[in-house]
Amino acid sequence: MRSALPVLTVLAVIVGIWYLAVAPMNVRVALDQAERAGAQIVPEGSVPRREVSVWTLMLRNSDHVAEGYALERPRLPTPAQVGQELWKTTGAMIAKGRPWSKRGLIYHGWITLQSTLWGFALGTLLGIAGAVAIVYSRTAQLSLMPWAIISQTIPIVALAPMIIVLSSQIGVEGRGLPKAIISAYLCFFPVLVGMVKGLRAPQPAQLDLLRTYNANGLQSFLRLRLPASVPYLFTSLKVGIAAALVGTIVGELPTGAISGLGARILIGDQFGTPLAIWSALFAAAVLAGALVTVLDVVQRITLKRMGLV
Amino acid sequence: MMWIALALVVWAAGWGLNIWLANRGESRLVRIAVPVIFGLTLLAMWEALVRGFGVSPVILPPPSVVAQTFAASTDILWTDFRQTVLKGALRGFLIGCAAAFTAAILIDRSSFLTRGLLPIGNFVAALPIVGIAPILVGWFGFDWQSKAAVVVVMVFFPMLVNTVQGLAEASAMQRDLMRTYAASYWQTLWRLRLPAAMPFVFNGLKIASTLALIGAIVAEYFGSPTRGMGFRISTGVGSLSIDLVWAEIAVAALAGTAFYGTVAFIERIVTFWHPSQRG
Repeated sequence: MRSALPVLTVLAVIVGIWYLAVAPMNVRVALDQAERAGAQIVPEGSVPRREVSVWTLMLRNSDHVAEGYALERPRLPTPAQVGQELWKTTGAMIAKGRPWSKRGLIYHGWITLQSTLWGFALGTLLGIAGAVAIVYSRTAQLSLMPWAIISQTIPIVALAPMIIVLSSQIGVEGRGLPKAIISAYLCFFPVLVGMVKGLRAPQPAQLDLLRTYNANGLQSFLRLRLPASVPYLFTSLKVGIAAALVGTIVGELPTGAISGLGARILIGDQFGTPLAIWSALFAAAVLAGALVTVLDVVQRITLKRMGLV
Repeated sequence: MMWIALALVVWAAGWGLNIWLANRGESRLVRIAVPVIFGLTLLAMWEALVRGFGVSPVILPPPSVVAQTFAASTDILWTDFRQTVLKGALRGFLIGCAAAFTAAILIDRSSFLTRGLLPIGNFVAALPIVGIAPILVGWFGFDWQSKAAVVVVMVFFPMLVNTVQGLAEASAMQRDLMRTYAASYWQTLWRLRLPAAMPFVFNGLKIASTLALIGAIVAEYFGSPTRGMGFRISTGVGSLSIDLVWAEIAVAALAGTAFYGTVAFIERIVTFWHPSQRG
C-alpha cells in the first residue's frame, strides 16, 4: 500500500493532462459546430481556419472553447464522457433489466471473454505440453525452442485473416474458434518459457534424492518437478492471460466480426462514433485487470496452501 | 495417397535425423542444423499434405506456389515492406523507444514518480493497446504517420517499465563505491547504472520489436494508402489472391525475425559481460 499515494497522484496528473488536451484537440470541431449554429467565429469558415494553429483559434474564440468538452462526436472525448458512455452501456443496461442487450458492453465483453478463456486454455495446454517435451527430450528442445521464439516475432495479425478464411473453409461455424487460435498463439509462449524454467527449477541434489528413493520418471515428475514449477506457472499465466486478451481483440479487429469488444472498436470506427471506441477500449482494460487480479488471488491461495509463501 | 505417405516418410526421416543429430553432442552446427531441419520438414509436409488432400490453392496454397508468387512479385512486396516496416514500424519503434528511455531516466530521479508510474506502466503494458489504432488513424491520417503513432504508443510502456527496472539494478554497494570515487550523478549513470540496466533495456527493445510490426500492420487495416502489408493482406483475402497474402506473411515473418535478430545481435555485443551471453 506504500505506493497507493504515488499511483493516485500519477493517475490524477494523467487525467488532468487529458482534460487539458481535450480543448486543443476538439477546438476545430467545436468552432465548426458553433459557426453552423450562427455564432461569430474568427476567422470565418472552416477552410481558412485550417491555416491557423489551434492555439490562436483558442485565443481568438475563447468563448467557444468550452463547447469542445461536450461534443457528441469529439476527436478526443473527456474522461467523464467515456465514463458516462461506459455506464450507459453496462450499469444502466442492468438497471433497465436488459443486461444482455447487444447494444451493451456486457454482451460484447462476454463474447470476448469466452474466446479469451478458450484461447488461454488452449495456449496453456500447448505451452505446458511443449515445456514437458522440451525438458525431457533434447531433440524437442533443439528443434522446438528456436521456432517458439521465431513464432513470436512473426506478426500474428498478418496471419489472422488467413486463420479465419481457413477455418471457415474447413467448415467451422462462427468466429469463436479462429479467435481462440489467435489468442492461444500469443498465450502459449510465456507459458512455455515459464514452465521450462519451472520444470528445471529442482536442483540436481533433489533429483538425486528421488532416485535414491527408487522413484520412476513419472513419480519424480509428479512429486518434484510439477510442484516446483507452480510459482513459475502462475507468473507466466498472468502474462499469458493478458496476451490471450490481446490476441482475441486482434482477432476481432481486422476480420469484420460483429460481436466482441474488438468488433465494437471496429464498428465505432466505421460509424464514426468515437465514444463507442473509447468505452470499448476501457472495457477491455477493465477486463484485463480483472482477469489478472483473479489469477493473482488464485496464485496467492495456491502458494499459501502449498506452503511456498 | 502417395503424397500423404510421402508426408509421413518425410516427417519420420526429419525427426529421426534430428534425434541422431541431437544425441551427437552440443556443437554449434547441431544447434543450427536441428531447428533448420525441423522447419524444412514442416514445409515439406505442408507441400505434400496440400497436394495429397487436393486442397484448393484458393484456400491454402502449397509453399512452392507461394515461393513462385514471392519471386514474381518482389516489386510489390518491396513497396509494401518499405511502407509498413521501414516507414511505419521502424520510425515508430525508434521514436517510442527513445521517448520511453528518456522518460525512464527522468522518472528515475524521483522515487515518488517511480513508485507511482511502475504499477500503472505494468498495467498499461498488459492492455490490448492495438485497439487505439482506429483513433490514431483518425488523428494522423492514412499515411505512415498514424502507423508510427500506433507503434509509439504500443512500445512506450513495455520499454519504460523495463528501463526503470533496469536502472534500479545496480546494487547499493556499487553506488556507494561510485560515491567514494566522488562520481557525479551523470558519471554514475553513464559508467555504472546504464551498463547495469542494459539487459533490461534490451529485454524491452526485444518486446518492442515484435510489437512494432503488429502495430504497424493492424493500423493499416483501418485505412492506408494503396500500399503496405496490412493493406495488401486485407485486400488479398477479399480478392482471393491468397498466394500473394502468404507471400506477404512470409515477408512479415522474415522482417519480424530479422528485426528481433538484429536487436538480439546488438544485445550480444553490448551486454557481452552478462552471464546469459557468456554461456
